[in-house]
Amino acid sequence: MATKDISADLFEFLLRMGDNTLILGHRVSEWCGHSPVLEEDIALANTALDLIGQTQLWLGLAGEVEGQGRSADDLAFLRDAWDFRNALMVELPNGDFGQTLMRQFLFDAWQELMLDALKGSSDARVAEIAAKAAKEVAYHVERSGDTVIGLGDGTEESHARMQAALDYLYPYVGEMFESDAVDAAVAKAGIAPDPASLRDAYDAKLAAVMSEATLTIPDDRFAHNGGRTGRMHTEHLGHILTSMQWLQRAYPGASW
Amino acid sequence: MKNEWPLWEVFIRGQHGMSHRHVGSLHAPDAEMAVKNARDVYTRRNEGVSIWVVEARHITATNPGDKGPMFEPSESKIYRHPTFFDIPDDVGAM
Repeated sequence: MATKDISADLFEFLLRMGDNTLILGHRVSEWCGHSPVLEEDIALANTALDLIGQTQLWLGLAGEVEGQGRSADDLAFLRDAWDFRNALMVELPNGDFGQTLMRQFLFDAWQELMLDALKGSSDARVAEIAAKAAKEVAYHVERSGDTVIGLGDGTEESHARMQAALDYLYPYVGEMFESDAVDAAVAKAGIAPDPASLRDAYDAKLAAVMSEATLTIPDDRFAHNGGRTGRMHTEHLGHILTSMQWLQRAYPGASW
Repeated sequence: MKNEWPLWEVFIRGQHGMSHRHVGSLHAPDAEMAVKNARDVYTRRNEGVSIWVVEARHITATNPGDKGPMFEPSESKIYRHPTFFDIPDDVGAM
């Protein structure tokens, strides 16, 4: 049987998974020492560490699939902005605490569905990473969802901030469900689901949480995109990379 | 308006522990968040298999000033310790 080599598409898919968790993990880690209360500070740091841990697995496998000898660290610290494949939402600035938790929930809810599907991947390595990450994400989504509800259905000010956060972030949700040739190839190989197929379940979850949070989901489905395909990123990604990568750039190969 | 979240006392049963032990306290808006916060604050190094939380105001404690009448009378009653018996190994942890 002549099967088209899937490794280029798989590599691309793994970058999308790993870059999402890398960039969001870095963003969330920016709260370390700055959260409104100690308990939230530790909880956010835990989430960030979970995401960085998942990154090591996704990018580690990406390097293996690529076969050029690049490690997870090489991929994280030695690529430039145009090589990143994360969705735009995760690179957006944190904003206030409410906006950070809104973004977290919007991402967690997608990631939970994605990982659940990936547990049945035809690629055992992908399925294994998904099974491990899914346990972490089940907790993340419960926590971020509860916080969105608590703040949305909270005081007048917290409600207004959460609605503003949802209005700001919602146009970045659609990108996570877009499908292109890479998605079609890995879906055909049974490695990953077509992202578009996850949208209905996502919308149901979002509707349930936002209704409990007394927040209104915008009608407009316009979606910013370009991050996961690498066509373009926001101006923010370059700034993240300068702080994230400077040490390896200034002292190549430094380790401790 | 009171802006501080209530205080919760946290009890954790460890990997090999037989019972929950008090490990510390934290603040949280409600019981569910207190459990979540306890998970994040007190079990991040794989310390626990079960968490209890109780709002601190629900705990009734002895008065430190009553230590004498409360505890000293039992000091001299060593016969209340069952140390005069050999406990069979089969009984396990007591």
